[in-house]
Amino acid sequence: MDSRDKVLDQYSSKLYKNRKEHVIQIEDGEPNVIAADTRAIPGIMTNRGCCYAGCKGVVIGPLKDVVQIVHGPIGCSYYAWGTRRNKAKGDENTKNFLEYCFSTDMQETDIVFGGEKKLKKAIKEAVEIFDPACIMIASTCPVGLIGDDIHAVAAEAEEMYNIKVVAFSCEGYKGVSQSGGHHIANNGLMKNVIGTGDAKPVKYSINLLGEYNIGGDGWEICRVLKRIGYNIVSVMTGDGSYEEMKNAHTADLNLVQCHRSINYIAEMLKTKYGTEWLKVNFIGIEGIKQSLRDVAAFFNDPALTAKTEAVIADEEEEIAIGMVYYKSMLKDKTAAIYVGGSRTHHYINLLKSLGVEVILAGYEFAHRDDYEGRQVLPLKMDADSKNIESITVVKDPAKYRTFHTEERIKELKEAGLPIESYDGLWADIADKAMITDDYNQFETEAFLKLLKPDIFFSGIKDKYIVQRSGVPSRQLHSYDYSGPYAGFKGALNFARDVTLAVNTPAFSLVQAPWKSEPTLIGNLGGME
Amino acid sequence: MLDVTPKEISERSALRINPLKTCQPVGAMYAALGVHNCMPHSHGSQGCCSYHRMFLTRHFKDPAIAASSSFTEGASVFGGGSNLKTAIKNIFDLYEPDIIAVHTTCLSETIGDDLVTYITDAKIPEGKIVVHANTPSYVGSHITGFSSMITGLIHYLSVNTGEKNGKLALFPGFVNPGDMREMKKLMTLMGVKYTMLPDTSGVMDSPMTGEYTMYPKGGTTIDDIKDLGNCELSLALGEITSTPPAESLKTKCKVPFATLPLPIGIELTDQYIMALNRFSKNEVPYIIEEERGQLVDILLDSHKYSQNKTVAIYGDPDTVLALAQFTLEMGMIPKYLVTGTPGKTFEAKANELFEKFGVEGCTAKGNADLFELHQWIKNDSVDLMIGGTHGKYVAKAEDIPLVRAGFPIVDRYVHSYLPLVGYKGAMRLAEMILNALMDRQDRDCADEDMEMIM
Repeated sequence: MDSRDKVLDQYSSKLYKNRKEHVIQIEDGEPNVIAADTRAIPGIMTNRGCCYAGCKGVVIGPLKDVVQIVHGPIGCSYYAWGTRRNKAKGDENTKNFLEYCFSTDMQETDIVFGGEKKLKKAIKEAVEIFDPACIMIASTCPVGLIGDDIHAVAAEAEEMYNIKVVAFSCEGYKGVSQSGGHHIANNGLMKNVIGTGDAKPVKYSINLLGEYNIGGDGWEICRVLKRIGYNIVSVMTGDGSYEEMKNAHTADLNLVQCHRSINYIAEMLKTKYGTEWLKVNFIGIEGIKQSLRDVAAFFNDPALTAKTEAVIADEEEEIAIGMVYYKSMLKDKTAAIYVGGSRTHHYINLLKSLGVEVILAGYEFAHRDDYEGRQVLPLKMDADSKNIESITVVKDPAKYRTFHTEERIKELKEAGLPIESYDGLWADIADKAMITDDYNQFETEAFLKLLKPDIFFSGIKDKYIVQRSGVPSRQLHSYDYSGPYAGFKGALNFARDVTLAVNTPAFSLVQAPWKSEPTLIGNLGGME
Repeated sequence: MLDVTPKEISERSALRINPLKTCQPVGAMYAALGVHNCMPHSHGSQGCCSYHRMFLTRHFKDPAIAASSSFTEGASVFGGGSNLKTAIKNIFDLYEPDIIAVHTTCLSETIGDDLVTYITDAKIPEGKIVVHANTPSYVGSHITGFSSMITGLIHYLSVNTGEKNGKLALFPGFVNPGDMREMKKLMTLMGVKYTMLPDTSGVMDSPMTGEYTMYPKGGTTIDDIKDLGNCELSLALGEITSTPPAESLKTKCKVPFATLPLPIGIELTDQYIMALNRFSKNEVPYIIEEERGQLVDILLDSHKYSQNKTVAIYGDPDTVLALAQFTLEMGMIPKYLVTGTPGKTFEAKANELFEKFGVEGCTAKGNADLFELHQWIKNDSVDLMIGGTHGKYVAKAEDIPLVRAGFPIVDRYVHSYLPLVGYKGAMRLAEMILNALMDRQDRDCADEDMEMIM
């Protein structure tokens, strides 16, 4: 019996029926199909979070110049306070609110009589104390149930204070995971923020989409892009701002790092403003080089192309010795990666370049296109997700502009540029790798025992469970408070951190000596 | 750091900024983890459960297990009965706990899910148990949830069989496993037979063995919780946190109770020892007397570094009050005492304390937040801050040394293994406070004023 059967066979028939579609072993050359983005099974100990976490925690949370008021009891706001490491820096023109946590702290009376009055008052107080250019409101579970109309409150406040006020109906029970929240955030930003600025387009301008600057990732990516000569209009949303995002429609090209969380905006920018998007991966040397070359190929300017190669050569040289050393330390090891909706794929090539093979992988909340590639789109919505609003945008007659002709885009696509395309995890994962979608603790523990990876990458809830089992663990959400891991320098940081993790002296001290050595020494009778 | 916080204080009645509390369920989850072979279960949408596990894991640097009913929109409208039923089956099948302790969230509370009926109707395997507590997030704080889960366990399990067991029931309050170990050590030294509920020692500070076990050795056993009903007396440490469970044990099983503040510092530990003494009628052993004497000796030796220093203390109500009393014993002035947990008792107790020690110009506020405390500090600063990790931004912004004590501490290691309670805990606390103040003196003094001996 192979390890997949060994694990699945322990399930009751009802669970087996559900989980067998989510747990697959990759067969090279076969059309591997997986079930994803379906509801989590109650009691199974899923690693998933909720719609609110996807909207406020992930997408809008990093916008530094926005006062984000969480309308709900205190917990939701409290747990999203400083816990995702989306770094940001204010300056003389930009107020930075990321060190703060704002909530309406709903009480029983607000549940009974409605919380709109309190929300209005909270907005008023926020305006008086902070005078922000933009306020965003995120709703939590009870808000939808008691019927507070946060959109009406936002519209009224926008008029009253002459600032931008945007509401997001991201109640935790919507959809089946964080993913619904991404979609809701994308819709809100597209409808209310993007395209409202009046900046003029500049040369070689790009947006970086789905990059949240965890541990400074976005800064490291932007450093290299700026060195080559690109103008970065906005980053969505790490170290991002309302002010910058308003003008996102003026860029020539969108680079999509996290496909899952931001592909909606990428598609809508294309429809409404004509901006093409490219899937990029700034994690791992090969990924970065390919991405930089793809961007250069899009602009097709000889000077830019030459500069791209020069920067690549220079950056690569700087980390070369370190990468060779770390590869010698990590070669032939095996890894497991369980992350949210994009990093599982992004880190595979970085690990490969360090001689590490990924044998066990999965996502919390990715959809089938993130696993199998965008060619499986459109997917059928199931009952749990169909009420996540899907908006349609139309061509903006005033602001629509295209960088290339349709023929040229076709040529570039044929030349292999990933314009509006993403091949998904399958493109890079090794044959025979075990995949589990919406991984739970039972499967994680079982596969850990059966497949015995040398290092395990996942999140905080798993970290100490894995470490207790004697397997080194590194967090790939928070980077264990290190980073950046993106970009050339990030690859080196990552290699260093993984090497430290697998060589921690304390692992050799786990067994107490009295467990393996006899301590009672006696003489046999009559012998000296 | 915190650049947009203005010095000018404005009245706020709706906008909460930088809270000093979180919501009920995480307290219930922590309490449930203090039961042996128990799976905490969050009846709501799964985001809460993930956040609460994250909070506990980051504080303890240990696994924090819990399951969720994983509500979808459908369940949120029509009720979560079948979600809970499915969850109970799956948890017993896959994770094999002896007991599932269910708590609720603002979602299941708002829709009015009837857990008593759901649990009565659920298929529970022979010999297994499901209990619950209602923990609406829009009432009180995590402290309320902690308290409610203990009450829930008593309500479901504790029985007075009419045969006294000669034990003391101890409710330790919202404290770390290190504190629970110290409380138990003192009871053992005093010859007191006891049951502590909850007891997270051995669970949230369990050792590395090379093998992960979902249910570590620690935790109050189910039999002991049942037997709580036969205790002679219950002692509730931390009046705000532990009085409700003690009252429920009295109501249900006629066990009389006494309340005491958390035993932090000299006098409050004295009170704890005296209570144990009255219970056991055993003489206080020399080793406890020795610890106490060492602590007093330390405070006399070091008084000039702590005396008249002002301190801001923030966090959970019982912890803040007890820490404040110890700083007063060190001759310090607890200028600002702040908790996020609502309730009138906190301010009343704090004012009693100020009066007792005859200190003036001190302010205490319940249902307050860190933003307001920061504004107070901006207007009139302090020499030291004591509290959890979130205060470190204020400490950095205002250049004030910070001693980490309480919940949550997510940016340091070891803290949860060692006590703040008892004479030993006070020694540790005195060391932390003195180190912080004296490191600051070393850092700030002119080179020629650097002291070799202090």
